[in-house]
Amino acid sequence: MFKHTTLRAWLAGAALALCAAAHAAAPTSGGTLTAILQPEPVILTSALNTAAPTGFFSANVFDGLVEYDNDFKLRPALAERWEFSKDSKTLTFHLRRGVKWHDGKPFTSADVKWTLENVWKKIHPRNQILYGKVTSTDTPDDYTVVIHFSEPSLAVLSSLNSNGAQVLPKHLYEGTDILNNPYNNKPVGTGPFVFKEWSRGNYITLERNPDYWDRGKPYLDKIVFKIVPDAGARAAALEKGEAQYAPFSPVPLKDAERLAKLPQLKLETRGYDWISPWLFVDINLDKPYFKDLRVRQALAYAIDRNAFNKVVWYGFGKPADSPVVSTLKQFYTADVPQYGFDPKKAEALLDEAGFKRGADGTRLRINLDYLPYGDDFRRSGEFIRNSLKRIGIDVNVRAQDTPTYTKRVYGDRDFDLSVVWFAGFADPLVGVTRAYWSDSVGKNIPWSNGSGYKSAETDKLIEQAQSSPSQAERVALFKKLQQRVQTDLPSLPLLEMHFFTVQSSSLKDTVAGVDQIYSSLKNAWFDNGARSAAAPAGVNAANPAIVQR
Amino acid sequence: MSAPFIAAAAPAPAAPSRAGAFARATLRRLLQLAAVVLGVAVINFFLLRLAPGDAVQVLAGEAGAATPEYMAALRAQFGLDQPLAVQFGKYLLHLAQFDLGYSFRHGMPVAQLIGERVPATLLLMGAAIVFAAVAGVILGTLAAYRAGRLADALISALALLFFATPLFWIGLMLVVVFSVWLDWLPVGGMFTVEAGYTGLAHVLDVARHLVLPAVTLGLFYMAVYTRLMRAAMIEVRRQDFVRTAVAKGARAPRVLFAHVLRNALLPLVTMLGVQASSVVGGAVLVETVFSWPGLGRLAFEALFQRDFNLLLGILLCSSVVVVAVNWIVDAVYVRLDPRIRLR
Repeated sequence: MFKHTTLRAWLAGAALALCAAAHAAAPTSGGTLTAILQPEPVILTSALNTAAPTGFFSANVFDGLVEYDNDFKLRPALAERWEFSKDSKTLTFHLRRGVKWHDGKPFTSADVKWTLENVWKKIHPRNQILYGKVTSTDTPDDYTVVIHFSEPSLAVLSSLNSNGAQVLPKHLYEGTDILNNPYNNKPVGTGPFVFKEWSRGNYITLERNPDYWDRGKPYLDKIVFKIVPDAGARAAALEKGEAQYAPFSPVPLKDAERLAKLPQLKLETRGYDWISPWLFVDINLDKPYFKDLRVRQALAYAIDRNAFNKVVWYGFGKPADSPVVSTLKQFYTADVPQYGFDPKKAEALLDEAGFKRGADGTRLRINLDYLPYGDDFRRSGEFIRNSLKRIGIDVNVRAQDTPTYTKRVYGDRDFDLSVVWFAGFADPLVGVTRAYWSDSVGKNIPWSNGSGYKSAETDKLIEQAQSSPSQAERVALFKKLQQRVQTDLPSLPLLEMHFFTVQSSSLKDTVAGVDQIYSSLKNAWFDNGARSAAAPAGVNAANPAIVQR
Repeated sequence: MSAPFIAAAAPAPAAPSRAGAFARATLRRLLQLAAVVLGVAVINFFLLRLAPGDAVQVLAGEAGAATPEYMAALRAQFGLDQPLAVQFGKYLLHLAQFDLGYSFRHGMPVAQLIGERVPATLLLMGAAIVFAAVAGVILGTLAAYRAGRLADALISALALLFFATPLFWIGLMLVVVFSVWLDWLPVGGMFTVEAGYTGLAHVLDVARHLVLPAVTLGLFYMAVYTRLMRAAMIEVRRQDFVRTAVAKGARAPRVLFAHVLRNALLPLVTMLGVQASSVVGGAVLVETVFSWPGLGRLAFEALFQRDFNLLLGILLCSSVVVVAVNWIVDAVYVRLDPRIRLR
């Protein structure tokens, strides 16, 4: 992932790494970390809401059954071992012994069973597909959970961390109104840090869990998550050391370059791979002029994705040619129809489709709506407007707030083009297929199939991938899916997005896996020399760009 | 018999009528307040419903995904599936019992949420108003006494600058200069959470955090007050009663404070009322730039999250504040100029 950072940041990082190596680093305990949490979470458990701020925060309070290492491989967490049966229809977890909830009650298989049946299957925003085929859950003893599926559900393994499948304490939730349970806002977990206080609009504090099962961890005594709504204030707080950790591209991209040059800060781009985000343009297929495939192809040929990455996203990304991002090596395929930058071809296609240039040189007038998550998305819309102007399509870029945007695109379908990003996650079944499955069209569900794409063939591929018992077959199905949608072009993938974290140079070992950003900070520690520099006072920051999931 | 009767009767007509007038005025004001609150509730309730999307959609959007069944269940839970008239009736019924409703997004009663944020906003507003008024009066007075000279030109230029520059930009510049470069003051927030100060140390810590946002929020009105004071002072100093006071041999400070300033303050008090009335509106930007946990930001976020119960609650509370401030301004008028009578 280093190649995505600017060269300068790379060199600075390398220099720092050398220094650190010279000191040779055994983690030291102690210190308070001030992290920036933005926007403020709605609730503090991602079992009920998978928004990014909630996930980033709550992984410190709750453990998942597993963690992911830097190669998407599973690592034990609350579960020490697990195995699928031969027919892939039974999944057995062997839980860690001696784990306690923060209120002292033991963590057992009953918690997992209850959470699966009442939360993952019914409420969790993404897991209903993954756990929908669960027929029953057995708990032969306190430390064994056996899950029976009606059809194989291999994708389950790609989403078992605390963001994908957070376990809630049964004894505090059973028999209550789960969505309005007071513990949603004062969470009790098993994780490395214990919840202390939430001062709304201000901060959330956590303290070290002295009884954590991973002995010796965490290293930090305390984490203060500060809410800093303004991007400029976030940059200032980081620069001044009032905050030492800020995830999800917390400052404007042009500020990031400046901050990366400061000796006390560094830019980290690892830890986001599990999210697999891609930015794309949904084309409203209900519009008569977009029903013609040649028009959609023309749009694809008209946009220079390389320039888009450099100009709009300052190189914090990689041109995308498929909805499955290239870091998911297993699923990604480049063997799909390619649409290189070719405005001439675009014009020819439009001529062919009968959209000739009018007297004023315009073929078509359309509206473009962009996800209102900040400047980067506005500039994305403007870049597309300029690209399409060249081929004679006049684009009106419309701004609005998020509820208006989601209603317009996913409810009223009153748009032509829409710029949006989705998290694809580690298995395309979790994050990618929702963009193409016809089942959700026009039902006013945010982040579903916005283009209104209905293809029997695609639907069938998705359904097969859901229940295939063989991973090899699933991979083949997803490769076919990529070819299909890149041929039909209901949407144009433009960019594999690379988020970044701004953190203090003295903060070590913050990244332990591809899902770090939704994982705990139990491995993080302060290099003593620098800790005193990052002392008092306080404010922080984050990008409105990344409110979603 | 007749003497005591007369004695008792003589003050009688005056006393009840004065007390009666006061009671009537108070009653009228309370009725006014009730009418304002009701008007605010009615207009905002229906106005806010014009915005596309509802709280459920925002929640689903933030959660990353949802099913139609789940969204329908949420709507039923929030009461959003009922006809608007029923929702409004219920809202009024709650309001009549001084219940501002429940914020489903925050999972808390609206009154509690507002209660948590009001102190921060009042502190910020109070500090900004005091700063603006004190600095404005001093600068305006100085400028008036040095009218046409260098000090006047400097002060007037400064006032114009602050009058014309956007708030958030001033705020950011103050942060860059005083926090990042000079490292004198914190970047934002209300106090140093990590330090866990208590007692006096906490008060001082809050004061340090208060300086930049209060100054940022106060600078615009300071400019207004400076200009108002300068004009009013110049005007009043030309009046006959000032000349008389000077001719009588009154000392300069007495002329300034008892004669000139008191009379020149009237227009400023009017503007003070305006400033205090903009509690929520003016605070949004400053609270955002300085991460100040106040009501303005809460209102702003509530709008974007379609958390209408909360937003209505905040708007109602601010309308009460506006009415109260106007009463205070009226009372101050009477104190400053006894010729003014309240109807």
